[in-house]
Amino acid sequence: MVTLQIALGGLGLAILLGGLGARVSLSRFALMRGVGRSYVFLVRGVPDLVMMLLVYFGGQRLINSLSSQMGWERIEVSPFAAGIFTIGFIFGGYLTETFRGAFRAIAKGQLEAAAAIGLGRMRTLLRIISPQLMRHALPGFSNVWQVLMKSTAIVSVIGLQDIVYVANIAGKSNREPFLFLLGVIVFYLALTSLSGFVLNHFERRLNVGERR
Amino acid sequence: MNWALIFESRNLFVEGLWTTLQLAAISLALGFLVAVPCALAMQSQKRTVRLPARFYVYVFRGTPLIVQVYLIYFGLPQFDWIRTGPLWSFLRDPYWCALLAFTLNTGAYTAEILRGAFATTPSGEVEAATAIGMSRFKAFSRIVFPSAIRRALPQYGNEIIFLLHGTVVASVITVTDILGAGRTFNARYYTVYEGLISAALLYMVLTILISLVFMALERRFTRHLKGVE
Repeated sequence: MVTLQIALGGLGLAILLGGLGARVSLSRFALMRGVGRSYVFLVRGVPDLVMMLLVYFGGQRLINSLSSQMGWERIEVSPFAAGIFTIGFIFGGYLTETFRGAFRAIAKGQLEAAAAIGLGRMRTLLRIISPQLMRHALPGFSNVWQVLMKSTAIVSVIGLQDIVYVANIAGKSNREPFLFLLGVIVFYLALTSLSGFVLNHFERRLNVGERR
Repeated sequence: MNWALIFESRNLFVEGLWTTLQLAAISLALGFLVAVPCALAMQSQKRTVRLPARFYVYVFRGTPLIVQVYLIYFGLPQFDWIRTGPLWSFLRDPYWCALLAFTLNTGAYTAEILRGAFATTPSGEVEAATAIGMSRFKAFSRIVFPSAIRRALPQYGNEIIFLLHGTVVASVITVTDILGAGRTFNARYYTVYEGLISAALLYMVLTILISLVFMALERRFTRHLKGVE
């Protein structure tokens, strides 16, 4: 259950950050674009586990020194929050690229047409951009989700009791580690297969109107 | 950040860097050797050849690397025949376990990349090779394989970076790779940022170097296409 919570929570944050990142990367201002580029660059260059340890231990230290300066009470960084934050942060970077590509795949003429018939910016976003964005972004999005699910396994390293952690402990105390870990393998296979199936279905639905 | 302290411990990080590079390079080389026959087997007409290859790729691509490492390192010693078998001297060592897991993992991902590249070989190229009388093996080694490698190159570059990032899992089973060096450093000096940020920077530099090499390779392998289109 913890695995699924982390995966879904991380995905939610990743979509937010990805949307924001894509918006910033497509900005008119060079400074904003620079921020977007460095975000993606950072996420691509640093392994997920290193990032997670940095968030968990470094984040705790940062908050400690902040709160002692401000005179607040001591705040604990929970592994759960660190897990969701790290997963969200990393995959937000990947989704930034996905969304950016999808946005640019929308023909410029459509935006001009929308402006010409007098749709406001919000309306254009909701009625014209979003539906097409979903279609263009879905293949990339599926990939990111598949990688994200597998990435959640590393939260066991910071002591979060996800399926990997639990199976490892249970396997050791029962002296049958192979069996329990095999169970984890089956669990992940089921998860990736199931979501692959669902996302493929969506992809077909969204592409109904497309000619090939 | 205490840079002087980091510089003093440079040997620790160099050792970690060396271990990471070894793990990545050896498993990539062995993984590639696994991947080529596996990619061919995945397209075989015979079901008894095709299904095991597909199953292997499906399992290793569908599960987290860290679980694969755990399964080999913690899981296998459950069986007596492993502990009394000839391979025990390897499988008791976390380094070899990590290497085995990384090899099988990258082998599966690479097989899938190569399968895609083989499948998109223009049929005209194969027909032309047959028409000028090349044997099947010759057509494969001279025509299909080089052209597939060219198409697979960008994806393979990504796979190398993924594997490099995957090798951090080795530090979880006590191998002193780059991340392991960073954590040892932190434990030794009671620091938090120094060890982890140094590790992160090293990984970033490696990632950049790999991307640069692959961009150069891509330019080189596709130079005959310049000016077309």
